[in-house]
Amino acid sequence: MTPRLVLTGISKTYPGVVANDGVDLTVWPGEIHAILGENGAGKSTLMKIIYGAVTPDAGTLAWEGEPVTIANPARARRLGIGMVFQHFSLFETLTVADNIALALDRERTGPELAARIREVSARYGLPLDPARYVHTMAVGERQRIEIVRCLLQNPRLLIMDEPTSVLTPQAVTTLFETLRQLAAGGCSILYISHKLDEIRTLCQQATVMRAGKVTGRCDPRRESASSLARMMIGADLPHPSPRAGVPGAPALVVRDLTLPAADPFGTALAAIDLTVHAGEIVGIAGVSGNGQQELLAALSGERRLADAATVTICGTAAGRLDAAQRRALGLAFVPEERLGRGAVPDLSLADNALLTAHGKGLVTRGFIRDAAVRAYAAAIIRDYDVKASGPDAMARSLSGGNLQKFIVGREMRQVPRLMIVAQPTWGVDVGAAAQIRQALVDLRNGGVAVLVVSEELDELFEICDRLAVMAQGRLSVPRPVRETDAEAIGLLMAGSFVAATSASSPVSSPAGMTAP
Amino acid sequence: MRLRLESRPEPSRLATWLSPLVATFAVLAIGFVLFAAMGRDPWFALYTFFIDPIDTRYDVGELLLKATPLMLCAVGLAVGYRANVWNIGAEGQLIMGAIAGGGVALAFHGSESHFVLPLMLVAGVAGGMLWAAIPALLRTRFNANEILVSLMLVYVASLVLSLLVHGAWRDPEGFNFPQSKLFTESELLPNLIPDTRLNVGFLIALAVVGAGWVFVRKSLPGYRMRVAGLAPAAAVYAGISPTRTVWIAMLVGGACAGLAGVGEVAGPIGQLMPVISPGYGFAAIIVAFVGRLHPVGILFASLLMSLLYLGGEAAQMKLALPSSVTGLFQGTLLLFLLGADVFIHYRLRVLRSVAPAARGA
Amino acid sequence: MDIATQLVLLTLAAGTPLVYAALGELVTEKSGVLNLGVEGMMLVGAVVAFIVAARTGAPWLGVAAGIAAGAALALVFAVVTLTLQANQVASGLALSLFGVGLSAFVGLDYVSVVIEPLPPLHVPVLSDLPVVGALLFSWNPLVYLSLALFVAVHWFLFRTRAGLVVRAVGESPQSAHAIGYSVLRIRYLAVLFGGACSGLGGAYLSLVYNPSWAEGITAGRGWIALALVVFATWKPWRVVVGAYLFGGVTLAQFQAQALGVELPSQYLAMLPYVATIVVLALISRDVTAIRRNAPASLGRPFHPEA
Repeated sequence: MTPRLVLTGISKTYPGVVANDGVDLTVWPGEIHAILGENGAGKSTLMKIIYGAVTPDAGTLAWEGEPVTIANPARARRLGIGMVFQHFSLFETLTVADNIALALDRERTGPELAARIREVSARYGLPLDPARYVHTMAVGERQRIEIVRCLLQNPRLLIMDEPTSVLTPQAVTTLFETLRQLAAGGCSILYISHKLDEIRTLCQQATVMRAGKVTGRCDPRRESASSLARMMIGADLPHPSPRAGVPGAPALVVRDLTLPAADPFGTALAAIDLTVHAGEIVGIAGVSGNGQQELLAALSGERRLADAATVTICGTAAGRLDAAQRRALGLAFVPEERLGRGAVPDLSLADNALLTAHGKGLVTRGFIRDAAVRAYAAAIIRDYDVKASGPDAMARSLSGGNLQKFIVGREMRQVPRLMIVAQPTWGVDVGAAAQIRQALVDLRNGGVAVLVVSEELDELFEICDRLAVMAQGRLSVPRPVRETDAEAIGLLMAGSFVAATSASSPVSSPAGMTAP
Repeated sequence: MRLRLESRPEPSRLATWLSPLVATFAVLAIGFVLFAAMGRDPWFALYTFFIDPIDTRYDVGELLLKATPLMLCAVGLAVGYRANVWNIGAEGQLIMGAIAGGGVALAFHGSESHFVLPLMLVAGVAGGMLWAAIPALLRTRFNANEILVSLMLVYVASLVLSLLVHGAWRDPEGFNFPQSKLFTESELLPNLIPDTRLNVGFLIALAVVGAGWVFVRKSLPGYRMRVAGLAPAAAVYAGISPTRTVWIAMLVGGACAGLAGVGEVAGPIGQLMPVISPGYGFAAIIVAFVGRLHPVGILFASLLMSLLYLGGEAAQMKLALPSSVTGLFQGTLLLFLLGADVFIHYRLRVLRSVAPAARGA
Repeated sequence: MDIATQLVLLTLAAGTPLVYAALGELVTEKSGVLNLGVEGMMLVGAVVAFIVAARTGAPWLGVAAGIAAGAALALVFAVVTLTLQANQVASGLALSLFGVGLSAFVGLDYVSVVIEPLPPLHVPVLSDLPVVGALLFSWNPLVYLSLALFVAVHWFLFRTRAGLVVRAVGESPQSAHAIGYSVLRIRYLAVLFGGACSGLGGAYLSLVYNPSWAEGITAGRGWIALALVVFATWKPWRVVVGAYLFGGVTLAQFQAQALGVELPSQYLAMLPYVATIVVLALISRDVTAIRRNAPASLGRPFHPEA
């Protein structure tokens, strides 16, 4: 049998980063092949090279035995390569049919295309309405567009880049069925992930990458999660130290928070109630796009509310205060976007320390104390093990993990009484992620109230005391972590609690929930 | 061989300050070619344009005199541009400053009080701020684009001025010319250097440049404006009000332009006329960029721009070249500058050989 | 010809340069590029068209030259903002300032030159019909062409695959790049089209509307065209309606004089600018409508390697 795809000695260097370094890879027909590695290991670059979106500096590709040059994605599609992107390549203001037509290499086929979309989506259990506008669809549904878009081209190799981060556990099961059905029909699948359990369930072959190089090949079904982790990070997975202490007084109280979407493509919040006590970590799970961003903006003060009593921070009604005023009450906040929100990319780390910490003696009568600012930044760099050339380093020059450590450090150094963190370890390497989780646990143990919003269920189960779920702009009642499990949370993520509560106050939400 | 732009890990400081020089030399080169093409001796033309206008004390005074409104307007605009607030109506705010200040002068005409001149300056600042407040209000209340509103108000301001000097404020003894009365000594800025037309307005402008430097580099509000321009989401995250940012940006720009306007009518012009500025408010946009939105850079850029104005006049008188060559040079300067700025964030890589992977089949 | 007919024809004539410039800018903006240089491109289009028409005595050659000049200026903008990644707002301002200077410079010798204007259409029989002939069949050819351009732009943007691609690039250049479209090439073409249309609008001004050349002949029409695109919430039919509304406002001066209104001319001259400000504020108030219709990537640079 001829291998479907053979990569030999693929290398790609970006300024300052070696993304791929002499990578070899062989994919066989009908195989579900995992590419396993941490964030920044070079998986996405390698896939973009196969898909023709990135040109390698060195190395060769062979497709079904023939050497090929894949100059652009159109060429890749003609060969029979399809790709489902981690960050979708969809156009929100266009319809499903238009989105699919854009990726097909022939003239728009109008009604005929719509019929084919219906047919293919029905065959693979991925229901899709061709006439719907993308912005009215939930994240999980949008992924179906990408998959159907690939399937319409009868691919012989399908690349899936971290596909499950936008799905509920139940939807993941459905997706795996689809993928197995495809593989059984002879299609090869390259499955990129850093989630070890998924890979052990789904894939027959795994190539492990670290720092741009291949560090291992194995049959993941015969490996344990910890042996895979060793190959991936070169060490065992660290675990944070266990909890201590009893929750104290409420630090954050949200009462009946109902808020129309500020953005035409956003999610409205409906009747949200939440209390976070000093000395506990409350987690909010859910597929992103279900109102988490809107909730965080309302809590942080980035969006001010009409009624002050809706949000109470450390005993003060704070609904009408802006972000700086809420900060003065003891709130610290780490947003999910680091570059451009948590930090200013084109400013130095010293200037970025000033962003939220100017109330900590860095400014006298409106004038900035340069020396104090630099010392503050240097202290964060030292205490939180930030790898940077110093306080003068530009924020954009730091890796994702190091910038996140800097931002978390900046917020922690302000001695908050309430800490809100969104996606604390997104795009962060395993080592830094463990440090960040440990820092949150330490904060909790020191009597601070912590609220964590995350898509990573494993992470939430690891560090939280209580767990709630967001779906369609509503929040489920938080449950102690010991009394729940992934399956129960998965049902909540699919919106099982929404029907019961929506009878009392109906609010229409544009971001409908993905069906389980 | 192929050329490719590759992003730099950190912006290049060298390129930041080199790019205005590159742009200046590009303008000189284009001027050389243009003059030669028009049948003039290019070396003599360049000498006439760039050296001849500043070879006497009087001429240097003229250079500084013309640089005064340019640096005033540009310092104010730069505060806004750093915050991504695009006030391009400084010309209109300048005119309004002149109207307000000139109005005070006419109201107290002949009073000889020492308070008239300070009052005129305050009125000029207020007039510019008032005119800039309109786009600020419409932007913050109605989300209306400040670029278009501030620009439209330039046309309105010049029509208001025209209305006044043709009507209510026309000098009754002025032979029906559309001009106000000539201001008297107590209404004019005192002379600074004998045998020149340079007045204390230049010192005021230098003080504003100094204040601008402190605001931009040392003050918390200045820092906040910079954050608002570089990363709006980070600004909201840090509790920096976008509304306040717009207001500060527009009002500072309007105040400086208004001051420049009253400085013109209380200085070299000495009365209100239908046209009081050869486009200083627009040229100041170029000055702000060539000066890297930095007050000290603006100081030098305003001298360059002032020289372009004087050179245009000299070229008209001595070479019979149209003075509009000034406008052409101004636009060329800014376009070259913006183009050369690519090297702040990117560097050029020469790809000599084709990558092995790309050879393939 | 009665006054009503005359008013309709004058309004059409006054709105036409705005139709051209705003439709061109609309296509440019749909691809995600904000080109504030419309005023400069119109001026250069106007002066080049006038010079060529005056030199050759062939007004249609002037029209072609005006289109080419507008596109050439747009090419400068495209190189600076797309290839060299400069800030679009600053570069657009620069282009306008450059266009003002360039047109004044090259047009200096033509300020009092008289040319043969582009004649209106005369169709045998149809043009001679009473009322209808004057109202519908005796326009200047460039007025008919502007309406044809509207139909073409609408059809292109919403009925063709290429138009779909332009809209997609304006919505998300990252996505368009990921699925294999050359974002920069598409944006180059959209910018050039915008420039050509602005040049044509300028040529109409100097060859038809007011057959002459004077510094600043556009009198801010380029900026009004930019406002019109916002007013139209990026919909071609609303651009056309808006252009004629503003065309009507610029006529207020003549209308008021015809009606015998005693007012200093400056008040009436202010009207188009004040009207632009008021309308801009009224339309922009609805933030949701703007966000829903504005191309999502408008004004943001895109570099394929970044």
